[in-house]
Amino acid sequence: MTTTTPLTSTARVDPQLSAIAAGFSRRRFLVLGGAGLALAACGGGNSPAGQPGAPDTGSGGADYTGPAVTLSFWNGFTGGDGDVIKKIVNEFNAAKPNVKVEMNIYQWADFFTKLPAAVSTGKGPDVACMHIDDIPTNAARNVIVPIDQVASALGLQESDFSPAVWQGGTYKGQRFGIPLDIHPLAMYWNKDVLDKAGIDAEKPPTNRSDYESVLAELKGKDTQGFWVSPFQFTGAFTYMSLLWQFGGDAFDAGVTKATFDSPQAVEALQWMVGMVDQGYSPKNVGQDADYIAFKNSKNAFNWNGIWQINDLKAQNKINWGVGPVPQIGSQQGVWGNSHQFVQLRQTKPDQNKVDATRYFINWVSQKSAEWATSGKIPAKKSVAESPEFKALKEEYSLAPEAAYVHFPPAVAGIGDALTELYNAVNSAVLGKASPQQALSDSAKRATQILQDNLKKYGA
Amino acid sequence: MAVTAETRVGGAAAPVAAARRSRRASAPRTGRRSRPLTAYLFLAPYLILFLGFIVAPAVFGIWISLHDYDFVLPFKPWVGLANYVDLFTPGSRDFADFWQSMGATGIFTGLSVPCLVVLPLGIAVLLNRKFPGRTFFRAVFFLPYVLGVAVIGLLFRYLLDPNVGVVNYLLGSSIPWTTDLPWVWVSLVGMTVWWTLGFNATIYLAGLTDIPRELYEAAEMDGANRGQQFWNVTLPGLRPVLVFVVTTTILASANMFGQQLLLTHGAPGTSTRTVIGYIATEGLGSFRMGAAAAMSYVLAVALLILSLIIFRVFRDRQDES
Repeated sequence: MTTTTPLTSTARVDPQLSAIAAGFSRRRFLVLGGAGLALAACGGGNSPAGQPGAPDTGSGGADYTGPAVTLSFWNGFTGGDGDVIKKIVNEFNAAKPNVKVEMNIYQWADFFTKLPAAVSTGKGPDVACMHIDDIPTNAARNVIVPIDQVASALGLQESDFSPAVWQGGTYKGQRFGIPLDIHPLAMYWNKDVLDKAGIDAEKPPTNRSDYESVLAELKGKDTQGFWVSPFQFTGAFTYMSLLWQFGGDAFDAGVTKATFDSPQAVEALQWMVGMVDQGYSPKNVGQDADYIAFKNSKNAFNWNGIWQINDLKAQNKINWGVGPVPQIGSQQGVWGNSHQFVQLRQTKPDQNKVDATRYFINWVSQKSAEWATSGKIPAKKSVAESPEFKALKEEYSLAPEAAYVHFPPAVAGIGDALTELYNAVNSAVLGKASPQQALSDSAKRATQILQDNLKKYGA
Repeated sequence: MAVTAETRVGGAAAPVAAARRSRRASAPRTGRRSRPLTAYLFLAPYLILFLGFIVAPAVFGIWISLHDYDFVLPFKPWVGLANYVDLFTPGSRDFADFWQSMGATGIFTGLSVPCLVVLPLGIAVLLNRKFPGRTFFRAVFFLPYVLGVAVIGLLFRYLLDPNVGVVNYLLGSSIPWTTDLPWVWVSLVGMTVWWTLGFNATIYLAGLTDIPRELYEAAEMDGANRGQQFWNVTLPGLRPVLVFVVTTTILASANMFGQQLLLTHGAPGTSTRTVIGYIATEGLGSFRMGAAAAMSYVLAVALLILSLIIFRVFRDRQDES
């Protein structure tokens, strides 16, 4: 769901959908007809879910000494992180002559439409990166295979990571993902705007009362300080952070029921809508407008992904700072996501390739401090506390968030239910429905979707 | 007079010919003895593509719509007509969303088709006159059409942004072009008209150049003024083209998707989520391909009925004249 591409807005909509938008022009729809659409992506072979593409007989990735192989590696790092991963892959290819990695970078959009079809026709890559909440869906849909053995061969265990990032890589008791990074929401502040208003730009607000009083002060100087987006980027991420801060959660413990209509959840959305009602945010903030306004000194605060750090570094129009999102509710909490390595199911498994893939995952995992330069927090605690990472001033300032970051729950088909939450945020922030009404309606639908998915993918 | 014009509009551009094909097919065959094999051989290249990429998937789609279908899962339970029944059962998972999105598509089609039928006709009539720079202007009007929906969507999102957009800046207003009703429809229809009017104008132009000059000369001799010439020579001469333009524009509008995805993302709430948008979300986002296929068929049948009505209306008009 996340993109690391600042402001390439096509990448910021639902991955599957924007691929379709790009691929199908109006007239091509005409040719295909409405009916053709659902068929376009169909066909292909099957094998039972949950079975590894090859037996776990290799070394698990500690080393690879077999014959020369070429691996195919897919990911969606289209932003500045693409350059970083290219560099890492080149280093790998130079260091390990008997394994050649060929990388394909797709828009996340194209990635998630291409991948299942490619895998089921035997043309899938050997290794890929995907988000933590995509793992259960792809595991349930038999696109990726378990890699418990890699984790054990690499000696990885839960205590090496924050629990959420470690547990998120599993599905039905099996490990499918090796965590690479964490990318949480952060708060950016425009130092120029704060300076001009006579507010200390080196001491940004960290709690509710400070935050609200700074916004009131800014309003007194004709600046709407905190533009609230009604869209997934960044409104829904902001809302989910608040939801956890106010003590609510999007779903119940078993993820069988949507709970984002709870009193805490409503309170969180009321606070967000209150920003608009009190004039701290304009009405009708368009897609990306919150961030565009931030970069043009029209507002002071923007809650946005850690991945925007490099985009802001690349400009010299504004002076800015970045830090953890302030604590508005009764506890700390922030939305985040995580990139994880996965191994793809092969119709004709090749044990050498499987072993080489595991070695590659292992090797890149060691390089996660270098990967962090693309605007990420390393998933591994030891790397996150390394001098290399501490040297990345901006990214390191967000490291505390790793302790209380929440990921979307790791349940197959969770994206379908989250869409309902995004719609509720949209309706409420745009003033089309009260927070209570919007959340109740959406939660009812989301619960129905969760129930359907339970039936489809099995509990 | 009108009838004469009608019979003369023969060798227009390919799409026009396509529009007339059905009528021609029913005309009695004359000339050489027919050798069916030869005809089929000539048809073969297209026929193979048509069967392989249109007919076969369409039939397969019916099969899909009768299952709880996900192409990567080994177990695809047969559900019979349940996917269709759900669409007509209030309270089912898809009922409210599906019909809301059908409504959104209906609004868009109802608003955009009249604009896309009338405006391009006016432009085509203007561009059909002889004036310096005519070719330039023809190109200018067609130009937006060559752009992809992603380009158009992004371009208009920045132009029309309620708070940081160029349009509101120039107007000194704060109109919620991309976030509130009814403005979202104005934006979506406006940008689509700007984007695709060149296509329809080009079809009209092809039709216009095919109307014989003599008819206008004769009309002038009879004392018809410009307006009368337009109503009695131009419009009847364009009738087959008009059927084509109306039908294809309705189908294209009913399949609108990219614009709403990029410009409004369905906002406010899901008000501007079109039916293709919903089908795509359910079929390719939630992998509910059975339900999505059923929705596609309901939409396809609705469009089929609409197309039949249009053909009927135009045929009745023709019979009257």
